Amino acid sequence: MASTASKLYSDDVSLVVVLLDTNPFFWAIAKNSNNNNPNLSFSNFLNHVLPFLNSILLLNQINQVVVIATGVNSCGYIYDSSSSPPASAAKSEDGNMPGIFSRVIQKLEEFVIKDQELSKDESVVGNPSSLLSGSLSLALCYIQRVFRSGPLHPHPRILCLQGSPDGPEQYVAVMNAIFSAQRSMVPIDSCVVGAQHSAFLQQASYITGGVYIKPQHLDGLFQYLTMVFATDLQSRSFLQLPRPVGVDFRASCFCHKKTIDMGFICSVCLSIFCKHHKKCSTCGSVFNQANPDSTLLPDRKRKTPDA
Amino acid sequence: MEVVTMRAKYKTSVKEPGIPGVLNMTEDKFSFSPNDPRVSVKLDVGFRSIKGHKFSKEGSKQALLNLTQESGGYIFEFDKFSDRDICRDFVGKVLGKLQAVTSSRQDAHGESERAAIPVNDEQLSTAEMERRMKLLREDSELQKLHKQFVISGVLSEAEFWAARKNLLDADTHTTLKQRVGFKSAMLADVRPLTDGRTNKVTFSLTPEIIHQIFAEKPAVHQAFLNFVPSKMTEKDFWTKYCRAEYLHRTKNSVAAEAEAAEDEDLAVFLRHDDILANEARRKIRRVDPTLDMEADEGDDYLHLPDHGILRDGIKERNTDVENELTKRTLLQDINRHAAVVLEGRTLDVELGDTRTVAEALARSKQAELATGSSDENQNQERLERVSRMTEIEDLQAPRSLPLAPLCIKDPREYFDSQQANALKALGDTGAGARPVSCNLRTEEAYNSLSEHISEIKAAGFSDPVVNPDVAVKVINVLTHHLSSTCIRLGKNPQESVLDRLPNRTKEELLHHWTSIQELLRHFWSSYPVTTSYLYTKVGRLKDALTQIYPKLQEIKESMQSDSRHQVSLLVQPMLQALDAAFAHYDAEMQKISTKSRERPNGFA
Repeated sequence: MASTASKLYSDDVSLVVVLLDTNPFFWAIAKNSNNNNPNLSFSNFLNHVLPFLNSILLLNQINQVVVIATGVNSCGYIYDSSSSPPASAAKSEDGNMPGIFSRVIQKLEEFVIKDQELSKDESVVGNPSSLLSGSLSLALCYIQRVFRSGPLHPHPRILCLQGSPDGPEQYVAVMNAIFSAQRSMVPIDSCVVGAQHSAFLQQASYITGGVYIKPQHLDGLFQYLTMVFATDLQSRSFLQLPRPVGVDFRASCFCHKKTIDMGFICSVCLSIFCKHHKKCSTCGSVFNQANPDSTLLPDRKRKTPDA
Repeated sequence: MEVVTMRAKYKTSVKEPGIPGVLNMTEDKFSFSPNDPRVSVKLDVGFRSIKGHKFSKEGSKQALLNLTQESGGYIFEFDKFSDRDICRDFVGKVLGKLQAVTSSRQDAHGESERAAIPVNDEQLSTAEMERRMKLLREDSELQKLHKQFVISGVLSEAEFWAARKNLLDADTHTTLKQRVGFKSAMLADVRPLTDGRTNKVTFSLTPEIIHQIFAEKPAVHQAFLNFVPSKMTEKDFWTKYCRAEYLHRTKNSVAAEAEAAEDEDLAVFLRHDDILANEARRKIRRVDPTLDMEADEGDDYLHLPDHGILRDGIKERNTDVENELTKRTLLQDINRHAAVVLEGRTLDVELGDTRTVAEALARSKQAELATGSSDENQNQERLERVSRMTEIEDLQAPRSLPLAPLCIKDPREYFDSQQANALKALGDTGAGARPVSCNLRTEEAYNSLSEHISEIKAAGFSDPVVNPDVAVKVINVLTHHLSSTCIRLGKNPQESVLDRLPNRTKEELLHHWTSIQELLRHFWSSYPVTTSYLYTKVGRLKDALTQIYPKLQEIKESMQSDSRHQVSLLVQPMLQALDAAFAHYDAEMQKISTKSRERPNGFA
């Protein structure tokens, strides 16, 4: 089967790695707070996402979909269309949905139980964020394996369906994942279903050349997904997709959180400061005495071209 | 000095009968004296004034030779074509020689003239000057800048190029003379020339070949140093060498040995080369000791039938097995030659004088030996190498590199430093978006999630997945969003605002950018101001910068209202850069003036 498929790999075959946010805290809030997003509960979310995955598989016979769950304690592969038997072979046990989806949901249930077991603390302070860095890394690993499988492979892309707010403590890991995606030319698309924009995903999409959207009407999520994210990368070049207005990469200093145009950067860890410090507060590096005034001392002679 | 004297008729045009006389040609002039002494035509012309020569075809009516000048020329008619040909060949040779001399002289003359043009206040070599001219020619942008600032006096020539040293340097590298190595052709290709009549065999040795012989055959080199000129002349030496070579080549080993017995000097060339063997031994010691060289030793196939090397058109199978010495010579020769070619030429001595070449080669050899360190050292090195190569990885301690692990106290800082601006760009105020604080216990949260999952499991998908009304709404919103960004940012994401401006404006803007950058680079590099030279330079630059300011405003105002905003966005950073420079300039001036006021009071 694999050999026949490999002959068919053309430039419009996709491998879509979908990262599903399964942060229980986020979904619990999403259900409760009716004022902001009245209709999106996790079941509703799945109601939009699973048909979308199916439509990707229907777009091309050898399109491939991989689902990775992003939990708060762990991440895991939920579904891989290439390793599952064809849908016709596995007829659904109950009449409600196709076999592949009942399998996805079953695996999702198992994952949630496992994720819960991993959490030791009974009460959590604040909102724990989902392990976006973990699931991004899993996705990239999977894609690397596909890259190494041979000269012919589907064109991979990552789609992040994220609801929970960013976890600042994952900054380094997430940025590393983003840059490795950029290096391997894997676009990261992102669709934020939460109330807040995600700075991580915005950057990820910007850097990797993916699409970032935050749908206004969550009850039409399926429509958003199919309109924006269903097309393969080849066809994308002919389409007009939502583009960012521009990302403001200006940084603010670590010490006062002021937005600055010019500042001091730690040469070790790239922390940003608005004035000169003796020691980097982030990584503890001691800076040499570089007195900025010393350049003004008149005793330092400068060579002039023909003096 | 060669002289050609020939009977000829001199005439000023082809049709004329001509004046019979004698043509006399030396290397620098020709003269014609008529047979009839009463005829006043007498020529004495230097070849220097002759521009070329023409001649009639063989078999045509007259055997003519025309030496042409700038205007007119001298026509000679000869009795026979063969006479004419002698003169023609001679004239050709002389003119060729003269032209070579004069052209080189002219070049030198021209160059000195060009270099003599005063280039501001620095003395430039012609090569340097030419390099700069070339760069300017190749880069119109650079030329424009050069014209604008150097010619108008804002920057001096030296200042302008000081900032572009790398350009000049990069060019120098390419013009660096490449060192020519040895030819890869073997010395075997120096074939003796035999003329069929006598038994004489001629070898022609060029300095190039001699150098190669020295490099490839240390024994000959050594012998040369020993014998020449104390024992024999250089000519004798090479004669002997060639003789040995010849005997060797003709495979006349018996004759060779006989001669060697007679002449001990000749024997030197035929003897097995001890120096080579020594050198080979030394080299072998330097080979990675873990390499099994014995395994490769049987790799020559010369002893097998039908194997051999084509040399001089005859397959040279080594048939005289009895002579152990010559058995592998050819292979050794080839290897030796390869080694020498790969080592390259290390001499900086002009080839020509054999003695100096030989001595220089000897010196470089010695230096090589000296740097090769003593035997003991080498042995030590060998042992170390062996132990390094036979290292068993499992038993080694992990090689720890001296590095401190990066420990980042709180990665959240990075996030915070970017998030604010990133989200601002999306128009997310953040207010009101804060989710209601979560007081849920972990268990509750997970339970609710599981509930949802089982809910969809039980109920299945809703049909239709999306309410048609909502779908229409989404489509409308998305298309509206798309079309609005289209207008704002242009159709093509790669297309920049610049492309939509009129060509002239675009070019003007780009030009101003480059000039501002150029001036600012010089401006900032002149700080701190320590000399009066820099002081005036900064002033000059500031004035030049000030002149650009109103021009930018002009461009901005001349634009149509719809693109004025775009242009002002483009001009903004330029103005900011200029303002920063002006502010710095003013602050520095302030400082200087206060300093000069303080000094008299004794505070400085």
